[in-house]
Amino acid sequence: MTTTTLQRQQETTFETERAYGARRVLGGIIPYILLTISIIPIVVGYLWVIIATFSIRTRGLLPVDATGNIGGFTLQNWSFLGDAEIWRATLNTFLVAIGMVIGVGFVSTLTGYALSRMNFPGRKAFLGMTLILHAFRPELLLIAIFHVLLFIAGVPLIGRGFGFNTVGGVAVVMISLELPLGIWLMKGFFDNIPWDIERAALIDGASRFRVWWEIIIPQIRPGIAALAIFSFITGWNAYLIPFTFTLGSKVATLPVFLNRFSGDTSLHGWNQVAAIGLFQLIPVLIFFIFTQEALLNIYSGGTKGGT
Amino acid sequence: MKVELIDLTKQWGTVVGADSINLDIEDGEFVAFLGPSGCGKTTTLLMTAGIYKPTRGEIRFDGRIVNHVPPKDRNIGMVFQSYALYPHMSVFQNISYPLKLKRTPMEAMRKQTQRVANLMGIDQLMDRKPAQLSGGQQQRVALGRALVKEPQLLLFDEPLSNLDARLRLSMRSEIKRLQFELEITSIYVTHDQVEAMTMADRIAVMKDGKLQAYAPPDDLYNKPRTLFVAGFVGNPPMNFLNVEIVRENGMYQAHGKGINLVVPAERGEKAVGKGQILMGIRPEDVTIAGDGVSGEIYVVEPLGRDDLIDVKIADVEIHMLVDPTLGVKMGDNVRLKFNTNKVQFFDPETEQSLLWD
Repeated sequence: MTTTTLQRQQETTFETERAYGARRVLGGIIPYILLTISIIPIVVGYLWVIIATFSIRTRGLLPVDATGNIGGFTLQNWSFLGDAEIWRATLNTFLVAIGMVIGVGFVSTLTGYALSRMNFPGRKAFLGMTLILHAFRPELLLIAIFHVLLFIAGVPLIGRGFGFNTVGGVAVVMISLELPLGIWLMKGFFDNIPWDIERAALIDGASRFRVWWEIIIPQIRPGIAALAIFSFITGWNAYLIPFTFTLGSKVATLPVFLNRFSGDTSLHGWNQVAAIGLFQLIPVLIFFIFTQEALLNIYSGGTKGGT
Repeated sequence: MKVELIDLTKQWGTVVGADSINLDIEDGEFVAFLGPSGCGKTTTLLMTAGIYKPTRGEIRFDGRIVNHVPPKDRNIGMVFQSYALYPHMSVFQNISYPLKLKRTPMEAMRKQTQRVANLMGIDQLMDRKPAQLSGGQQQRVALGRALVKEPQLLLFDEPLSNLDARLRLSMRSEIKRLQFELEITSIYVTHDQVEAMTMADRIAVMKDGKLQAYAPPDDLYNKPRTLFVAGFVGNPPMNFLNVEIVRENGMYQAHGKGINLVVPAERGEKAVGKGQILMGIRPEDVTIAGDGVSGEIYVVEPLGRDDLIDVKIADVEIHMLVDPTLGVKMGDNVRLKFNTNKVQFFDPETEQSLLWD
């Protein structure tokens, strides 16, 4: 009697497991299918860009030549590399991006530390203001920024490099717009460091500044790296601010330069636009591939340590 | 170095962390700050270290007021509960950091660090990072870092709380031995009264920001001046019973629910005629005897060396320690003998001892 019941029990369990098993396998595949489907448009888009840069024309994803035959491979889309314009634009973009890394990094780490560790009048108000400022869209501020840049242009000495229609001016504006986020992030990272480590360093004999530089900063290196990468990419890809506050091609950045080619008055085709676009993409892509891990840390506020 | 805390107070708005702390520490003395969480012991310690600025009062090192002296100029070393080691530096760099800040030449720095590491028994771990060490090893590195600059005052903030029980025992005696040999004035903050009793020359018991008592361990144990000290020091804790002391037939007697005891004259005369008072008796001062107060055994907890017994007298429970070979069982009716020479009396309102002042 018991054996039959046991057998029946085992059979039912086996069937349930089989049903579960099948569902499990299916359940495992479905996310992959969904993800692949959602990625296809992006992949196809990039694929087109790469193919287009090396063809005279394209039909769908296939390279064709002027008469419509398959196989119009050419390097003429890349001829812009020979002109000085593109390289000047690259330099300008690079200056803006690096300027952002240094500017945002420097100010954010110092401010974040002060907000996290020091008690001063107006601290709470400052903190709240940082959050509000972050919500402001740059589009709202364009006119105001224009006036500010004009004013700076009138200031002796630095006016020439940081006023309207200068790379310096663009960099300063970009930095200012990025600072609220940078400060908030840095404060968060500093908040995660236990107070005891600072106290120990103060007792050991370090000055406040030394504590900040030798003890605390090394703890949040991943956070600083993440902020640096983020700032670099934002600066490199910036379009609205450089476009609004520069005229002509001497001070243009790559996105602005690119825009010039895709307008109605442009003499060049989409293939060349694709080439310039790809050219702009490459440094960031390389940068990102190498620093991807550090960037992920920006949301975990990570510190690793013995305590 | 002699340390004096005079009327030391720390206040944040309406919250008072430490309230008028007055105590002095002799050169080379090991003093413990003992009390429950939030009693102000760490606050007082951090003021002594210079991390917190006192709201009122003075801190003197060898007679010199140091209220405004920054921590780095106070010549102190501190060991934290969390060890507070620098995670990105090796053990060697951690220990030598105070010397590096003093700009000690490399050779002298290396020699001194090596000496301290040998003393701590960690000289084979010099190249490791804190994350690669066990808790006990990290604690030794922290201690080494505190000692390396040969400070005049050593501060401990519950350093053994994060260690397992076994390790805590061995580190306790090591620290005590070390302090004895180095003769550095030390302040040790803890909530564990066993640690305070076993290690300190004098214990400062604190509660709610105020200093309750400041005396050697035996004094606190045998002559507690407040109800709180009596109940806090000693494990298992003291029993308290509601009694009234009367004078009958030339003898002082304690009358309570189910209790009739004769108490010694020198103790009884201080408590007589005060109405209902609290009588304190420690678990080890109650024994099972042929006749005496009657009680029923409620719970038996074997501790190996003793049995901790919960006995009900009328409707009051007291704890007592008995010889495990007696083989008492739950539910047994027993007779209890109180060692009245050790009895304590307290005023239930003021919570002050009636015997000692």
